[in-house]
Amino acid sequence: MIQKLIGAVALMFACTGTYAAEGGYPLDAAPNRVNDVAALQNGAKLFVNYCLNCHSASSMRYNKLQDIGLTDEQIKENLLFTGEKVGDLMHVAMQPEDAKKWFGTTPPDLSVIARAKSVNAGPTGADYIYTYLRTFYRDTARATGWNNLVFPNVGMPHVLWESQGPRELTTVAMHEDAEGNWSRVTTTYDSQGFAEAKTEPVPDFHGHATLEAKFKALDPAKSAAYDNNAADLTAFLSWMAEPQQNFRKQLGVWVLLFLGLFLLVAWRLNASYWKHVR
Amino acid sequence: MAGEKTVETTGLLGWLDRRFPVTATWKAHLSEYYAPKNFNFWYFFGSLALLVLVIQIVTGIFLVMHYKPDAERAFQSVEYIMREVPWGWLVRYMHSTGASMFFVVVYLHMLRGLFYGSYRKPRELVWIFGVAIFLCLMGEAFFGYLLPWGQMSYWGAQVIVNLFSAIPFIGPELSIWIRGDYVVSDATLNRFFSFHVIAIPLVLIGLVAAHLVALHEVGSNNPDGVEIKQGPKDKYGRPKDGIPFHPFYTVHDIMGVAGFLIVFAAIVFFAPEMGGYFLEYNNFIPADPLKTPPHIAPVWYFTPFYSMLRATTAEFTWVLAGAAVLGAIALLVKSNLKGILRIAIPAVLIIVAVLLRTIDAKFWGVVAMGGAVVILFFLPWLDHSPVKSIRYRPTWHKWLYGIFIVNFLILGFLGTQPPNDVYNLISQIGTLIYLGFFFLMPVWSRLGTFKPVPERVTFHAH
Repeated sequence: MIQKLIGAVALMFACTGTYAAEGGYPLDAAPNRVNDVAALQNGAKLFVNYCLNCHSASSMRYNKLQDIGLTDEQIKENLLFTGEKVGDLMHVAMQPEDAKKWFGTTPPDLSVIARAKSVNAGPTGADYIYTYLRTFYRDTARATGWNNLVFPNVGMPHVLWESQGPRELTTVAMHEDAEGNWSRVTTTYDSQGFAEAKTEPVPDFHGHATLEAKFKALDPAKSAAYDNNAADLTAFLSWMAEPQQNFRKQLGVWVLLFLGLFLLVAWRLNASYWKHVR
Repeated sequence: MAGEKTVETTGLLGWLDRRFPVTATWKAHLSEYYAPKNFNFWYFFGSLALLVLVIQIVTGIFLVMHYKPDAERAFQSVEYIMREVPWGWLVRYMHSTGASMFFVVVYLHMLRGLFYGSYRKPRELVWIFGVAIFLCLMGEAFFGYLLPWGQMSYWGAQVIVNLFSAIPFIGPELSIWIRGDYVVSDATLNRFFSFHVIAIPLVLIGLVAAHLVALHEVGSNNPDGVEIKQGPKDKYGRPKDGIPFHPFYTVHDIMGVAGFLIVFAAIVFFAPEMGGYFLEYNNFIPADPLKTPPHIAPVWYFTPFYSMLRATTAEFTWVLAGAAVLGAIALLVKSNLKGILRIAIPAVLIIVAVLLRTIDAKFWGVVAMGGAVVILFFLPWLDHSPVKSIRYRPTWHKWLYGIFIVNFLILGFLGTQPPNDVYNLISQIGTLIYLGFFFLMPVWSRLGTFKPVPERVTFHAH
């Protein structure tokens, strides 16, 4: 008992370790491109073309994209398709009832998704999105033909699959059954999504359930280009979750400089008043 | 000039003074309010709490101009403030950071009171008003947290309002009455908004005024726990250990304000979510009555009390009942209570012990959580130590305070975590330590060798 207690206390103060998403899959760190205008513009293009058909961003106006260097004309010509105005919010035409029918769920609004998916003192929502976008795999067991490591049995198909090229996946999971017997399950999915699983018992295993996965891109160049696009799209979603975040940080530096000066003056003022107090 | 008061001031001020105590109030509360010279770092937090109150009120006024207390529009209106209202993001972050910083400052302010015995005679009312302010603050924070209408807002409110249903007989009806509906809904949002922006702030401001009036009546305590009014006086009758609040403590507090604002601005501008502890990440998902989040945690400032709520399981009520019986026996055998109390308190304890095992543990969880705050009201009568300040208490008392603080932090941490067996056991031990600290205070606070208290405050010229 005492040992258990000490262990728990030690855990509390050292609760770093690997953070895993709902599917138990460790998240990759997303490249930070939230200051990179070119990446944000590419991300905006991808977002409007691929995501905004099903997902809304109903807190976001098209003309807010001016903040990432686009003019109203550029927005109108490249990003408005179905007669929206540049001052409109990013709504979608798809009805929630239809979405439920087609995907089994309503696609969430993405306005603040990058903030919603962050974990307390853990990985950011950007890490989640970046990993999620890059861990789709073909799975014939799914109605859409697609599955995801970060979000197992996700309703969303891999919309950008053409730009990623075919991939194979091998997963190795440490699994504990109801009787407490551990086994290592190795599953391979070919590029068409047909799975082959191999289970080997691992007696005397002392650890916890893990999931390791290895993708093999059959077209590595295309896959690398896709990763880059995924990073840009992630950057855009992070920016969109709080469009003024860069300005906030810039302003913060000036505010802190001013307050530093203020503290200096207040400190000396206080000292001069108290100098003669005996 | 029939009926006009004679005053020393002239001109406009004189005109005012003949009709309203401008100068008299200024003197009584600032320029001729004598505060002890030896205030230390801990004495910043009172004025800082007042500063945060002002920040909350002013930013709150501007938020209400754009916020919509409507279940359909509330979440969206907060994002509207964040994106489209000029400087709305700054106002909102100041308000959300202010909420957490209010608790930081108030917890430190209360801890100061605990250290230096600031609740002891003649300052009992100052302390009681203060605890009432703390209660109001908890209500204010709870009602305000529903307003962004995110998942944590919604389910947090659901969990807390459901607690009332644990009260025997009237519970289920009471919780429906509080919500105005069978689940948290638009009706709940509207009434919580009303409580948050008008009902509680009114009470809060009244209590703050009472807290200050009571303080200035009896005078401030200090780190030595020495009464400066009983110490030596100068030829004008002013305490030699005192100094006019204005200008000496106003300039001092301005320095504190500057330091505080640096911390505050660093959070607002660089870490407004504070790693998910000031703004919970799940709260960026709009409230969904059909989807319960896997893990519902209150905001950090409630988590120590939330831990005590969760710790109170059916098995744990055996421990509490046992403790109540032991307490009753100890009081009967050996106590210096007089008259009816000598019988009444043990009798109440025995009844509580019986009820602990007859009423649902969930109810006692609520009692433990509420009692952990309410017990603070009784602190002036629980502390029997011959000295006020921790400075002149036995060294092991300092260790007790240390354990109390660490225990409070551990309970706070556990409240943010999903429960498991080991964590539950730790929070049960933590609950016993918390309650034991206060309930046994009449015993332990007078034990040990106390150091001699000096005649005058300890003050080293700057």
